[in-house]
Amino acid sequence: MGLGAFIAVSAILFGIGIVCIITRRNMIYVLMGIEMILNAANINFVAFNRFNGDAMDGRMFAIFVIILAAAEAAVALGIVLNVYHLFESIKPSDVDLMRD
Amino acid sequence: MDNAQRAFYTLLAIGTLGLLGWGASSAGASGVAFGFFAALTIGGSLVCVWERSVVRSAFSLMATFSGVAGLFLLLGADFLAVAQILIYVGGILALILFGVMLSPPDPTERKLSRVLTGIVLMMGAVAWVGAKVSSTVTWATSGELPEPTTKVDEIGIAFLDPDGYVVAFELAAMILTAALVAAVYIARRKASDLNDPRAEGGA
Repeated sequence: MGLGAFIAVSAILFGIGIVCIITRRNMIYVLMGIEMILNAANINFVAFNRFNGDAMDGRMFAIFVIILAAAEAAVALGIVLNVYHLFESIKPSDVDLMRD
Repeated sequence: MDNAQRAFYTLLAIGTLGLLGWGASSAGASGVAFGFFAALTIGGSLVCVWERSVVRSAFSLMATFSGVAGLFLLLGADFLAVAQILIYVGGILALILFGVMLSPPDPTERKLSRVLTGIVLMMGAVAWVGAKVSSTVTWATSGELPEPTTKVDEIGIAFLDPDGYVVAFELAAMILTAALVAAVYIARRKASDLNDPRAEGGA
């Protein structure tokens, strides 16, 4: 399989992630969309790394992306918990106050 | 199962078979593996956008993450594939499933027209950009592919190499610590909440 096939999969996954963020009215779906987009970026990193001489840099970048995704998921879930507690809803459009 | 649902899953099966057939015809056995993992990745994400129930969406995300891990394997990044399964399938998905418990069932949340329009428009945009890119850009790929090598020890050395990634590695450690402590701090119930009359009456 060439580089183009992997880039195509990554582009489609990225597009679906964007659709997931903008069409669903639920913060959990926004989180899922973000994870899809990060995964699409990772496929690109690793694919370009593989097809450009197989050095280490792309893989190291992908590892750091995974680390940051884990941190992001934990913080985002904390925020969602708090938002649900404050607004009793996790629709993104209901969250319209910075503080009460 | 209504008609839209049936049509969606039929299309999904046809697309999967098409990917598998295309892979088999273009690159043989490794092509079939690529088609399988690509179908798992894209199909899982499509089901995630499509499904009404958050639980089904979260579990279909597991297919996406596993498919991406398989693609990493095909690209010779075996450590990344295992890390992907450990962290995404084992960790982040569990977090998301925990968040699902907050989400009250809301059968009207997904608007069929909105999701369909989104998918069609976005696929059109991706196809347009892909056509532009493939007709104008030539990637600077190295000619013949080197054999993929297992480099787990080299990854560990590169993490602690002063000429490598030691600064980024230590920063990532600090960020993880700060993020996890902050997440616990944000998510905890405050003492004043426990005396909230609403909480006493409700829960």
